[in-house]
Amino acid sequence: MTEHTPGEMVRLLTPDGERVPHPDYELESTPGELRGLYRDMVLARAADGEGVTLQRQGELALWPSLLGQEAAQIGSARALRDDDHVFPSYRDHGVALCRGLDPLHIFRLYRGVTHGGWDPAEHHFHLYTLVIGSQVLHATGYAMGVAADDAGTAVAVYFGDGATSQGDVSEAFNFAAVYNAPVVFFCQNNQWAISAGNERQFRAPIFRRAAGFGFPGVRVDGNDVLACLAVTRAALARARSGAGPMLIEAFTYRMGAHTTADDATRYRDPVEVEEWRGKDPIARLGLHLRKTGLADDEFFARTDREGADLAARLRSSVRAMPDPGLADAFGRTYGDEHPLVAEELAWFREYSASFAAAGEG
Amino acid sequence: MTLSLVRAINEALRGALADDPKVVLMGEDIGKLGGVFRATEGLQKDFGEHRVLDTPLAESGIVGTAIGLALRGYRPVVEIQFDGFVFPAYDQIVTQLAKMRARSGGRLGLPVVIRIPYGGGIGAVEHHSESPEALFAHVAGLRVVSPSGAADAYWMLRQAIACDDPVVFLEPKRRYYEKEPVDTSAPAAPLHSVRVVRPGRDMTLVGYGPTVRTCLDAAAAAEEDGVSLEVLDLRSLSPIDFDGIEASVRRTGRLSVVHEAPVFFGAGAEIAARISERCFHHLEAPVLRVGGYHMPYPGGRMERDYLPDLDRVLDAAERALAY
Ligand SMILES: Cc1ncc(C[n+]2csc(CCOP(=O)(O)OP(=O)(O)O)c2C)c(N)n1
Ligand SMILES: [Mg+2]
Repeated sequence: MTEHTPGEMVRLLTPDGERVPHPDYELESTPGELRGLYRDMVLARAADGEGVTLQRQGELALWPSLLGQEAAQIGSARALRDDDHVFPSYRDHGVALCRGLDPLHIFRLYRGVTHGGWDPAEHHFHLYTLVIGSQVLHATGYAMGVAADDAGTAVAVYFGDGATSQGDVSEAFNFAAVYNAPVVFFCQNNQWAISAGNERQFRAPIFRRAAGFGFPGVRVDGNDVLACLAVTRAALARARSGAGPMLIEAFTYRMGAHTTADDATRYRDPVEVEEWRGKDPIARLGLHLRKTGLADDEFFARTDREGADLAARLRSSVRAMPDPGLADAFGRTYGDEHPLVAEELAWFREYSASFAAAGEG
Repeated sequence: MTLSLVRAINEALRGALADDPKVVLMGEDIGKLGGVFRATEGLQKDFGEHRVLDTPLAESGIVGTAIGLALRGYRPVVEIQFDGFVFPAYDQIVTQLAKMRARSGGRLGLPVVIRIPYGGGIGAVEHHSESPEALFAHVAGLRVVSPSGAADAYWMLRQAIACDDPVVFLEPKRRYYEKEPVDTSAPAAPLHSVRVVRPGRDMTLVGYGPTVRTCLDAAAAAEEDGVSLEVLDLRSLSPIDFDGIEASVRRTGRLSVVHEAPVFFGAGAEIAARISERCFHHLEAPVLRVGGYHMPYPGGRMERDYLPDLDRVLDAAERALAY
């Protein structure tokens, strides 16, 4: 385990639900905003849980669960403005939700119906990227474009602790520094990359790496939604102002297995998981809302119901999802007519029709 | 003993580690987890962390450092987690691994094996079902092989590890759990030879990796209609045993090559060109190819229509026999 002292982490809400001040990061928030963050996290967890369930039932090919990372995702995503552009990884369902993307798109992807499917322009939310680290370069290039256009917006990119081992990620840090690109690197250090712990990936804390590239890096308590919001807000404002990139390491924990295909009991101590269960990000904010009287039983019950309703809608929609035809996939490879694709499609249609004609289709 | 294909891989790795102290395994999640397919299960426990290395998540780093270890006298066997994730390492493989021997005037051989689970049919998400063999076979300096069953998996991996050139070792992941008897004492067939897995008279089917089983199923179905299909397991994509294919085609007069990879610029194209040249006067029909389409590998819900199956193999046979 990489050495890490809690003192190095930005924290605005203690595990007991107490607000604490921080010299560099302050957060002014209305009761409504706090309840909104709580609601976002509950909805994200509900949608995510439904993903796990539907995979178990054979409706999805795979599901990477965000369980435990709700604060990191919701806090950072709620710091974004609508016209900031986001490059997610593949576990960022909470970010997607905050961007206004219908989670059903993500279910389609993990069902094997599509490899992307949504319009990134609509919610300023790029497609998921499964090849570890690739999107960090894309975000940096996008940010270079934003700067060149003098657009005054920022770019945020999400990636994991494991991803920091990829050359692409180091190259992205360097490009961002050299071009002073308005990009916020948001690393969710959930301490696991499938079976590999942090000590397999690096021997110095991730956030410190930024200094070597020439921009600031900060570690934030990834289970503190308020700290994630405040730090990301500051980093985005900095980027928009032309001050360049920043790296945020959100220190959190992957509560579930890597994906539904993984068996985490093979490589990690259940004691560690139990310990982190006690640091649940939703419970933490819930505690604060109760203690301060900013939310009542009625609110919590209503929010839970909303989560259940969302899960139910996703469940029935996924179950009713028709399988797409391969014929539609041919036309998507190029922007224009392509003779080989046309020839293969014609053959495929004729071949498929021969079965229909024979009554076997 | 009877082993599944993935178990045979495990046995071959175990044997190589035991026989040669210079053999080291490298890859993501291959240690404690035993690899996402459990191909390396138990090996770190039995041989230690200095022989079975859980690496950082960086394919270029894995292959690049494997090259360095090979220069130092080790024999690294690298696992790439899935076919679609080999590309960060493609630069190291193409510009360094493949060329080192030629660049050094023949002095520096790099005995590196790159194991890649490949191919579709498991209902996976993007990048987990690809067949990139042509991208390696096209590169001079690499040897490229793919077993179709457990017995070959065992012996071909042992031979690949013993080989002084780099070998790209493609494992048909959808056949990982199919079992067959493996004789770990018997001498193996040469690494780069084709094998007749089912003799026939009317036409030759060439498959490799996952499609050998598909071809065998097609041949069994064709037999019921009185058509006799010969099935060859190509086993090696670089080099290719053209003599072996030619011998079969001279008897049958017809050939179809079956692979999951897109047919455009694929292994089938190379085989069709060479065999047409060698067997022009023996051919009763053009050499046909059955394979993937010119598109990124589709989502799992569409792969049934994408993958060459029994019906498509038989359709090609019908067309060839109609000439
Ligand atoms: C280039 C590449 N190599 C390997 C993989 C297989 N893989 C998928 S997720 C993963 C671990 C990623 O860990 P991390 O970056 O910490 O993200 P997390 O899964 O924890 O969110 C690996 C090795 C991949 N998707 N892409
Ligand atoms: Mg991680």
